[in-house]
Amino acid sequence: MVTSVTSFGRNGLSDWLVQRASAVLLALYTVGMVGYLLCNPGLEYEAWKALMTSTPMLIINTLVVLAVAAHAWIGLWIVTTDYLTRTQLGGAATGSRLLVQSLVVLVLLVYVLWGLLMIWGGA
Amino acid sequence: MATVNDKRPVNLDLTTIKFPVSALTSITHRIAGIALFVALPILLWMLDRSLASPESFAQLKDLLATPLAKLVIWGILAALIYHLVAGIKHLIMDMGIGETLEGGRRGAFTVVAVSVVLILLAGVWVW
Repeated sequence: MVTSVTSFGRNGLSDWLVQRASAVLLALYTVGMVGYLLCNPGLEYEAWKALMTSTPMLIINTLVVLAVAAHAWIGLWIVTTDYLTRTQLGGAATGSRLLVQSLVVLVLLVYVLWGLLMIWGGA
Repeated sequence: MATVNDKRPVNLDLTTIKFPVSALTSITHRIAGIALFVALPILLWMLDRSLASPESFAQLKDLLATPLAKLVIWGILAALIYHLVAGIKHLIMDMGIGETLEGGRRGAFTVVAVSVVLILLAGVWVW
């Protein structure tokens, strides 16, 4: 079996499943959030703050931030391994891919920490 | 693997391959995903402003009423809608539905049609 040290779960089937599970969570969250905003066109600060600092939403938002990071990492890993290859870049491929992947991980970790700070900061 | 096929030339150069509709919707799914990755700081920043204080919430509301902000939000919504619709098609195909050549083409056209309608509706919502 071929394994990769840079993929999310070091295993293609695991990545495939995490990609799907996080996708379902993100899809439900997106539809729910858009539905809520559509139903509350004149949304005021107090109602919004109360919603986002309620315990269920603190947990859901935390899960969503983690799901975004996992989902984005798996997706961008697939994209980088498909396009930053020897065929496209020759000998510079491995270094370029590792550099881009490292930057993506760094950015996603910043998103996660920033997101969690925001979600829990005002709670 | 048939040995006969091993002698045939392989072309993996994406710039010389003519893309069928299913390939175009697939690459668009990827581009929309990358766009969302890039747009995430905007969404996180808006979340931050919306929760920081009543004043920052009001400022954000004023900002989102400007034409440029509406355009940016519509763009993000368009990427989100397309990525979501194309993703749902993937989940349906994972269940074994629409995996034939013709099914793949139909699925791709459906993704485009549904996305266009939803993106136009999102535009109506934003403006």
